[in-house]
Parts: sequence; C-alpha cells; structure tokens
Amino acid sequence: MFGLLFSLKSFTAKMDPTSADKGNLGVPQLPGQGCSFHSFRTNTYKLSFTETPSGIKIILVTHPRTGDLRDSLKYIYNLYVEYVVKNPLYSPGTPIRCELFNTSLDQYVRSIL
Amino acid sequence: MAAIYSLYIINKSGGLIFYKDYGSAGRMDTNDSLRVASLWHSMHAISQQLSPIAGCSGIELLEADTFDLHCFQSLTGTKFFVVCEPGAQHMEGLLKYIYELYTDFVLKNPFYEMEMPIRCELFDINLAQAVQKDRVALLGR
Repeated sequence: MFGLLFSLKSFTAKMDPTSADKGNLGVPQLPGQGCSFHSFRTNTYKLSFTETPSGIKIILVTHPRTGDLRDSLKYIYNLYVEYVVKNPLYSPGTPIRCELFNTSLDQYVRSIL
Repeated sequence: MAAIYSLYIINKSGGLIFYKDYGSAGRMDTNDSLRVASLWHSMHAISQQLSPIAGCSGIELLEADTFDLHCFQSLTGTKFFVVCEPGAQHMEGLLKYIYELYTDFVLKNPFYEMEMPIRCELFDINLAQAVQKDRVALLGR
C-alpha cells in the first residue's frame, strides 16, 4: 500500500494542471510540497489519505459511498498528537502501543460510522 | 476556464495511445505523458489488489488538491481518463461517450491497428465536439 500511495503522490505532483513548473516525475518532495491527493474511490472501497508536515500518513479505507473524510483524518491526527506524541514513553518512529490512543480512536471511529 | 484539463487513453498493456491537452498549465511532453500513463496503469492494477472485498475493478475517481481524475476501463482493458477541475460533474457520462466514439471511429476504422496510437481524423473531430458540448453544458449551469 505504501508503494501505491507514494507513487500516486508523485503521479499527482506531476499531473497538477495548475502549475507549469513541476520538475520530473518522481522527484523527491517534502511533505506538503507539490500537489497531493486526499482520496480515491473504486467500485468496492474508498481510500482517504492525509499527510502531516512531519511526514506521518493517515489512511482510512471505507465504503465507496462515504463522503469527504478530511475532517475525520484531521481529528485522528489530533488524537495521535494528544495521546501518542505527548506520551513520554513513546519514541518516535516505533509502532504505537498507547492504550489511551487505541480506546479513543476506537470510540471516535465507531462514532463516525 | 476549462473544465477539462486533459484526456488520456491507454491500451491494455499500459501504453499511451491517445493524449489530448485542453489547456493545463505547462503542457506535458511526450516522454512525460507516456510515463504518467503507464504509471497510472500500474496504480490502477495495484488498487484492485488492495481491495478489502473481492471484485474490485480499479480506481474510478482520484481526488487531488487541484484536480479530479475520472477513469473508465472498458471490458477489453482499454482505460480512458480525464483530468478535470475539482468537483466537475457528469464525467462518467462523458467518458462513456468518448468510449462510444472510440468504438465507432477508431475500432471500426479498417486502417487502425489494435493497441497502436490513435490517428483518426473523424475521432478527433467528434471528440472535439463532445468536449466542447460538455463545456457548454457546464457553463450553462
């Protein structure tokens, strides 16, 4: 999946019809640089994607007919900041094992269903 | 301002057989359009593999920050996709209509070789009309 998202990002950056100066296809870009995408839809699922300035990517896979989930992704990022980044026992880059994050995430995802 | 930025047609092996630009900033050169097309072909294939439910037929709509990409795949594996403004409507209909034009003016052309780049005058003319009509319809709304 990471490969797909990574390539889709370079694809949209190259495709961007509103800017003339885009560089080559696949040129490395910092988070927030270049044109990115926020979701794609197939006949069986919809994938919503967000990338934060620190390079954390949050992905939601949902039913194809769900609406815009950008706010939900932002909210999940808030949860991540609150319960993971501010957890003194968490070292960045390692898998997340924070109970508070898990429970509040579960609660939130159930509430948007 | 144009509602549609560009149109691509890719054959079943990922080769670009038709590309038309309708006024996007910084037109793509031949090499880039070929690469972008084959990249899209693979993205489409991977998205089918990633589906949580069986029977996925690939990306239909990609929503980026500055454009929407609508893709239609025919039964034979030829893919048509348009890059348009975010939120543009009726693109599925337009793609189906372009597919119709493709079958009428390209596939029925005795001089056309399958999977090769499309060079058919009648197709070009009718396509230009279809896109123009769509633009007028969008402006009227």
